[in-house]
Amino acid sequence: MTMDAASDNLIEVRDLCYSRGARPIFKDLNLTIQRGQITAIMGPSGTGKTTLLRLITRQLIPDHGAIFVDGVDISTLSQAKLYGMRRRFGMLFQNGALLTDLSVFENVAFPLREHTHLTNRLIRHVVLTKLHAVGLRGAADMMPAELSGGMARRVALARAMVMDPDILIYDEPFVGLDPISMGVIVRLVRRMNDALGISSVLVSHDVQEISTVADCSFLISDGKVAASGSPAELSHTTSKLVKQFMHGMADGPVAFHFEAPDYEEQLLGRDVE
Amino acid sequence: MFRDLFNTLKEFVRTFGAFQLFCLRLLRHSPSIFVKRFGLVVKQVYNTGALSLVIIMVCGFFIGGVLGLQGYSNLARFNAEDSVGTFAAFALVKELGPVITALLFAGRAGTALASEIGLMKATDQLSAMEMMAVSPIRRVLVPRFLGGVISMPLLAAVFSTIGLLGAHLVSVNLLGVDVGAFWQQMQQSLDISDINEGIIKSVVFGIIASLLAVWEGYNAVPTAEGVGRATTRTVVITAISVLILDFMITAIML
Amino acid sequence: MQQTRSVEISTGLFVLFGMGALFFLTMQTTGGDDFSADDTYEVEARFTNVGSLRSRAPVSMAGVTIGRVTNVEFDPLALEAVVTFDIDSRYDQIPDDTDASILTSGLLGSQYIGLQPGGSDIYLEDGSEVLFTQSAIVLENLIGKFLVNRDSSDADD
Repeated sequence: MTMDAASDNLIEVRDLCYSRGARPIFKDLNLTIQRGQITAIMGPSGTGKTTLLRLITRQLIPDHGAIFVDGVDISTLSQAKLYGMRRRFGMLFQNGALLTDLSVFENVAFPLREHTHLTNRLIRHVVLTKLHAVGLRGAADMMPAELSGGMARRVALARAMVMDPDILIYDEPFVGLDPISMGVIVRLVRRMNDALGISSVLVSHDVQEISTVADCSFLISDGKVAASGSPAELSHTTSKLVKQFMHGMADGPVAFHFEAPDYEEQLLGRDVE
Repeated sequence: MFRDLFNTLKEFVRTFGAFQLFCLRLLRHSPSIFVKRFGLVVKQVYNTGALSLVIIMVCGFFIGGVLGLQGYSNLARFNAEDSVGTFAAFALVKELGPVITALLFAGRAGTALASEIGLMKATDQLSAMEMMAVSPIRRVLVPRFLGGVISMPLLAAVFSTIGLLGAHLVSVNLLGVDVGAFWQQMQQSLDISDINEGIIKSVVFGIIASLLAVWEGYNAVPTAEGVGRATTRTVVITAISVLILDFMITAIML
Repeated sequence: MQQTRSVEISTGLFVLFGMGALFFLTMQTTGGDDFSADDTYEVEARFTNVGSLRSRAPVSMAGVTIGRVTNVEFDPLALEAVVTFDIDSRYDQIPDDTDASILTSGLLGSQYIGLQPGGSDIYLEDGSEVLFTQSAIVLENLIGKFLVNRDSSDADD
């Protein structure tokens, strides 16, 4: 296990095994996230994409296997070091997860107030700058309840960025957005990544949008990586499963019918009795 | 059948143990939060205390009135109506003040705390905080716990005071008991130790009610149904605990 | 920011109100606002039975409270009760042959000391003793006496 000093592997997941109760979610999962790129993690619903994010940030602990962030095995970190590592991540939750009792401004300022001793003026500076970057400087005094879904997510993005993280993680950022808002988010994801020289991890099942923005994609199915590569490579794949997913086909390796007993028997069999 | 019983017992002990550890964690962080993030605590004293004032005062007033009525009618049989003041004061300060305030507190503030925290859990706000390397226990739970502990004794005092005024109004102004007798008899019979007993009770009840509310919210199943169930459980378990503790404290202090 | 200001004010008011209520409750029991004199003088009286007289019970003359009991003790040599009480210094012309009895307010009320003035020219002062006392009436003895009297009057007939 050599760890190069200037490794391009920002996050490495090795032989990850994780079960929730009796249900196995990941079986010997291996993937690598490169520095400076936008990496997408895709897969059918319920494959545990969000769970993978939680494992990477160590909100959950794997049953087997290891996760390395910048060459450091995160299972060896103390609570204090873990919090330190988490400060390098900026996470955008599915619903934005803004704190409902704080205004937009205060939400974005939250990490600053909690972790730094910056003066109010400086905080104001930073917050307004970040809000401007996502186009919502004018909404600074609104409450989260007054925001639309798209706006809430943009505020959450501003908050995720306020501590200048190295790694931005997006959990289903495109779900439930209208085309315009989606376009906005897509543009922001790309711009942030390139302008700030950070790395981004996108969890999504929106194949369309991902193919416009991701450098590298992983398709997870059945607890393992089913395919990986650039979006172009994936769309020309020969694998039936990947094809079904990328082209949105209703039936294929992921069956349309949920497991059930024989149709004829179930329908007619009972009547006979 | 025995296996089920055994499993239930095991679950109960496990939950109880987890609850103890939770309490210790809260207590460990309380002093530093109280000193460093006093603003958060103030906000929670407002949420649990100031906002509960109306219900406490209204209920206190009417309970006092009932004590005046009942006391008068029952004491009149022995020609001892003058003791209504003593009767009302004893009942309020030692028992009804702390206990009923605790029950009302659980119903109004306890449910608010549990549902608020449960909702924060269900909408990932607590996870978001963890991700931002902010401990939800320090930022969300401890201030609410401290707010409740500070509010309860104050609310109980208000309840007893307004109750006494209610009893006064009913017995003196309505039923004709002598003003002087009302207060003087009370003053002669009541001791500072009785007030202390009431204060101790309300502090203990405040601690248990706030602990339970915060615990239920934090451990709620993060769905709409789960939050609802956590809220109702808060009231039920708080009520039972308060009444059991009341018995124990009264027995000890007697 | 406006919101925090009003929250802080309301909380402050609430806490003050709560503490005020606590203060009120405390004062109502130890206060005794119809008699709180700074200047008092101490007088003693001995009784064979003090009944349920306790400290802080009022001492009154002509129905007006002029003092308060401060101490009730037992004298093991004389085998009687010693009651110490304070009288407001404004009332410094109480004759020293005044009678002190332990009375009950109402039928089941609390007990107090009632002073019945004498006619002496010498007045009570700090450290004096009231010599004429009447002990508390014990209900059971009274009933016993009543029954005995009845029996004897029946027997007379």
